[in-house]
Amino acid sequence: MDKQGVLGIFSYVDLTVKAVRKLKDEGFKNLRVFSPVPNHEIEVAVGEPESIVRFFTLFGAMLGAACGVGFTVLTSSDWPIPVSAKPVVSIPPFIIIIFELTILMGSLSTLLGLLINSRLRRNAPRSMYDPRFTDDKFGVMVTCGKDNVKKVEEILNSQGAEEIKFDGV
Amino acid sequence: MSEQNSLTYAKVNEDVIRMLDKPTVKWLALFLPVLGFVGFGMFCFLYQVYTGLGVAGYRHPVFWGVYITDFVFWVGIAHSGTLISAILYLFRASFRVSIYRIAEAMTVFAVLTAGLFPIIHLGRPWFFYWLFPYPNQRELWVNFKSPLLWDVFAVSTYLTVSSVFFFVGMIPDIAAIRDKVKEVPRKIAYTILSLGWKGSNWEWLHYSRAYLYFAAFATPLVLSVHSVVSWDFAMANLPGWHTTIFAPYFVAGAIFSGLGMVITLTIPIRKIFALEDYITLDNYDGMAKMIILTSLIVGYAYGCEFFMAWYSGSPAEWGQFYYRATGQYALFYWIMVVCNVLIPIPLWFKSVRRNIKALFIISIFINIGMWFERFNIIVISLSQGFEPGAWGIYKVSWVEMGITMGSFAWFFMFFLIFIKTLPAISISELKEILPVPKKEAKHHG
Repeated sequence: MDKQGVLGIFSYVDLTVKAVRKLKDEGFKNLRVFSPVPNHEIEVAVGEPESIVRFFTLFGAMLGAACGVGFTVLTSSDWPIPVSAKPVVSIPPFIIIIFELTILMGSLSTLLGLLINSRLRRNAPRSMYDPRFTDDKFGVMVTCGKDNVKKVEEILNSQGAEEIKFDGV
Repeated sequence: MSEQNSLTYAKVNEDVIRMLDKPTVKWLALFLPVLGFVGFGMFCFLYQVYTGLGVAGYRHPVFWGVYITDFVFWVGIAHSGTLISAILYLFRASFRVSIYRIAEAMTVFAVLTAGLFPIIHLGRPWFFYWLFPYPNQRELWVNFKSPLLWDVFAVSTYLTVSSVFFFVGMIPDIAAIRDKVKEVPRKIAYTILSLGWKGSNWEWLHYSRAYLYFAAFATPLVLSVHSVVSWDFAMANLPGWHTTIFAPYFVAGAIFSGLGMVITLTIPIRKIFALEDYITLDNYDGMAKMIILTSLIVGYAYGCEFFMAWYSGSPAEWGQFYYRATGQYALFYWIMVVCNVLIPIPLWFKSVRRNIKALFIISIFINIGMWFERFNIIVISLSQGFEPGAWGIYKVSWVEMGITMGSFAWFFMFFLIFIKTLPAISISELKEILPVPKKEAKHHG
């Protein structure tokens, strides 16, 4: 195991953001920041690419619309029974079904996208998580080579980390 | 939101998780009678299944009665939950934060309750699955041109999407509870429900995006659902039903009744759990303003119906509305007008909007008024259609009343279980509107 995890725990957002910036300046790219709330400053400092959940949403919604069209048109044509003197394939009422299926499948695929993407990259080993992160503390976890542990610890300390934890990753 | 400024991140966790402490005697004193009423409702339903739909008071020509009224009422109640959680989220209205979880729970439980009524209303409820389009041996498919089938799609989509929205919104809060509770069974339950949430930037990134899309989907969905419910009536050629204003009229009414129910539910919860710091008078002020708006729309629709009946020159249409205001059901009609149009008028004054007792009383009247609105639309229209020879009177039977009471109990049962097991106030969103903890004080807020 040549990689090591170092976790700094902070009480303030501004210190957390400064620590992230400093670590990135020093060339540490493998960072994970924990916070009890979503925070824009942290998001900017870490500089993650835009979430790809949006493609799941788009794909799911389009699939839903296609299913809605296929389902209503094909089943109606399968055994054509004219109702209320309306065409067998009657677009206005089918739009309601298409609309509902678009929303249903779009939402379910968004859920799927959220679950898959949040779990794809392993967050952190259990020992690198602190229950206070859902309460009022912020955490910065750095994954680095063993020879850099000392340096990371110094940076975290200099930026005001209140506690530091170590673990193999 | 000045009243919430005294709160800190840690205090929010502590206060919300405190609500999940062991049930008190007061809670049990509420829960047990509620269970009793649920039992009575079930007995009435079983009696109806055993005896036949005849016990439901249906008489020619009224074959849609209290059950359909209840269905529309509960679907309506559901609407303000999505309004508060999704539409106000998109508009960034911060007064929604402390009440939206309760409103969302209300949505899910109200749709669950509403979903029972089309089944209760069936002569052979065990064949309810015939409504779903599934391949069968005779290759017959459902009729997609029927509004009742639109209902199946709209209501089941609404139940699914609002449940997902409700659950996803709770994930970070369930993780917060998981990290606080000590007892092993509770810890295991919350660990499973939290789906391994750790609050890392990676999770928040996808979470915030997904939440935005859920809100963006839920917004048109909520408008479509009650429109579809209104078309159950508007598509039929019957005086009092066959009108184009039904969709906006029903949506406004739904939001109006839902807001009434949110106020009815949150006021006792706020008192019992001492949540005055969270659910503030500003929250109620915002909801009361929306009640004024929707009450005006509903009032306008009542007037508009009469105007169109007169202006159309259709004797059947005008006869129907004249009958509503002066016939055998006139009392119900005027209860509706008084409760929905006149009683909300004091809310124009700020002092009333910020008076908890007054709000509670007004909200109860709104609930009553909106139930009668649905009753009037459904029953009075059916009892006097086009053909005078086929007019008739419908009287509510004890079985229908029992099932209606049971449905209220069923709704409150879920709600009482919810406030003792899941976070009734959003911990993470509430923290978002608090000042961010910063070392350098000048950057506060």
